[in-house]
Amino acid sequence: MEEPEGNGKWGMVVDMDRCTGCGACITACSMENNIPFVGEKDAAYGRSMQWIRVERNWKDEFPDIVTDFTPLMCQQCGAAPCESVCPVFASVHSESEQINLQVYNRCIGTRYCGNNCPYVVRQFNWFDYAKDMPEPLNYQFNPDVTVRRRGVMEKCTFCLQRIRRVEEDAKAQGRPVKDGEVLPACGQACPSNAIVFGLLTDPESQVSHESRNARALQLLLEELGTQPRVVYLKALRSPGSLPVK
Amino acid sequence: MTTKAISLPQSQPREHEQEDETREHLLLDPRPRSELNRMVMESMLTTTPVFKIVLGILGLLAAVCLFGAWIYMGLTGIGVAGVRRPSYWGMFIATFVFWIGISHAGTFVSAILRVFKAEFRRPLTRAAELMTTFGLAAGAMYPLIHLGRVWVGYWILPYPNNRWLWPNFRSPLVWDMIAITTYLLGSTMYVLLPLIPDAAMARDRSTGWRYWFFRILALGWRGAEGEWQRLRTAIQIFAFAIIPVMFSVHTIVSWDFAVSKTPGWHSTIFGPFFVAGAIFSGVSAVGMILFMIRISMKNMDYFIRPEHFDAIGKLMLIFSFTWAYFYFNEYLLAWYGGDLSDQYVWQALTKGDFAWLWYLMLICNVVVPWLTLWSKRVRRTPWMLFGIGFIINIGMYTERYLIVPGMITRNRFPFMWDSYAMRIEPVIAVGSLCLFLFLYGLLSRFIPLIPIWEVHEGQVATMLRRIGKAKVPTISELD
Repeated sequence: MEEPEGNGKWGMVVDMDRCTGCGACITACSMENNIPFVGEKDAAYGRSMQWIRVERNWKDEFPDIVTDFTPLMCQQCGAAPCESVCPVFASVHSESEQINLQVYNRCIGTRYCGNNCPYVVRQFNWFDYAKDMPEPLNYQFNPDVTVRRRGVMEKCTFCLQRIRRVEEDAKAQGRPVKDGEVLPACGQACPSNAIVFGLLTDPESQVSHESRNARALQLLLEELGTQPRVVYLKALRSPGSLPVK
Repeated sequence: MTTKAISLPQSQPREHEQEDETREHLLLDPRPRSELNRMVMESMLTTTPVFKIVLGILGLLAAVCLFGAWIYMGLTGIGVAGVRRPSYWGMFIATFVFWIGISHAGTFVSAILRVFKAEFRRPLTRAAELMTTFGLAAGAMYPLIHLGRVWVGYWILPYPNNRWLWPNFRSPLVWDMIAITTYLLGSTMYVLLPLIPDAAMARDRSTGWRYWFFRILALGWRGAEGEWQRLRTAIQIFAFAIIPVMFSVHTIVSWDFAVSKTPGWHSTIFGPFFVAGAIFSGVSAVGMILFMIRISMKNMDYFIRPEHFDAIGKLMLIFSFTWAYFYFNEYLLAWYGGDLSDQYVWQALTKGDFAWLWYLMLICNVVVPWLTLWSKRVRRTPWMLFGIGFIINIGMYTERYLIVPGMITRNRFPFMWDSYAMRIEPVIAVGSLCLFLFLYGLLSRFIPLIPIWEVHEGQVATMLRRIGKAKVPTISELD
């Protein structure tokens, strides 16, 4: 499937060598995007909501055990499996930002997109979690982001509200968007700068430089033809892997 | 020549034995039309107190378990169901596939067997067609039940709206909606068409509100030659037209799974495999419902005989073979293909949490039918066929359960693997079963369950002819 040309392709580079698995990205994302806390019971049941997760993968046996951390969020597929299966166009492709969006008001909750996402990054609102937010805590909601009600899907938007704000500011000042001006919440919070964000279509941007790194892995599940937008850089901490140059 | 002349009489059954055998067949045991009419009217009008109590309990259960639980879920949130990541679909969709499968029985029995002129179908057609209608009615609710926001479920329909939005015709769920609606409308018309002469018969023999009810159904039928001709043509057209619809419906239901990228679901064999499975469970359900009709309604011993159970039993065995063939193909090819994500799915089914269900499915769908249905005595014993049909339907339900929540517990990210547990789902599933039985029981007292004109036509057309010393049943062509 060919993509329509837009303002440019936003993309991300995740350096797994720098990721310490601290989880600051998860917290920052929850705060920025009004992601509800589902409570202890539902989280234990497997309904915790995170737009970004840090997968811990263990290698080898104790005592030579090595942990790999893989921060995983929506890969903003160019040919997204979630889009074609939605019966009501709630999961759509943004032509200007070239990312994959969820229209919460349109979602009827068939959850087909959740089944068809090969990266398992879509989250579902099983109950009205935001309603249960006690009184002073509701002031922490980000006014730029919709508070979702029950029965709808949601997922990482690459902090679309931040992209739009920077784009509009740049337009008002009559200049192009500068590289590094847009930073999603996860990238902003990352203490080791493992997450780099920018325009993949601009060959001089930092994200383009990083994506040409020799440690760049094959795109995640690229063989499925999803055209993901997130490049992972190989972690070199594991024994037996290449030494760092 | 001489040896042949001696051996021939030995291979023939003796005269009185053959006489008994012919009396066993409904079409060779004719009764006058007025007698048939009387028997069917009597079966419709006789209700025992036990029947009324059972029907009342079924209706109550349907109201509480299906609609009550559904309303509760709508008010609280879909979270009261057991679905969780990564099994975003659970038992609701499994039950949906199951009911759509049951609905294939009617069309199979009445359309395919009609087109192929299988004579044993004559008394069964309407009983099977009603299963199609009610099975679809029960099944078509599930896509709505499982929606996160059921109150906006109508957005899936292509209706004119001020946002100028169409539904997404690339989505299999929209294909589903179109296919099921087509099938529901088509099969309802296909029930009503052959009902016209019987409704006219009942109209002429009833008074009061029943007279008006049948008068509407009979559409002014008088039984003139021209009417019969048009009716036959219409039934013939419908019989041929509904067969591709039937195949397409379950193929499209299978595409809900097969077009996705999910390991285990992404399979090219799912279309025919689902159709075979649907007819398998549907035909078994016909065997069960015939038994229930026979024990609960008057005069049904005459119309539904061991020969019919025998024929249904043979179909069950054949479709058990077909189902096993497809299942073996799917399993074997996933193993042979060597794709790691497929391997994990099959490991989860055969060795993981679902292993006991997997073996239960194979026992119910393969071992039990293959060990029992070869025997003519088993096939001709109604209660045994009921039992085997029940076991097969348990096996087929298990199969759907393994496909829907089972296979999607294993995705390409082992970090996200999880199991599936049901919560409110079984209550709603039982409720929909009660609704099906309630509607069926109710309608069995309002419309003639036996198509009298078809039975009568068969009895007139069938007769014994003597060929040499043997008596052979022959059927004259009517159309």
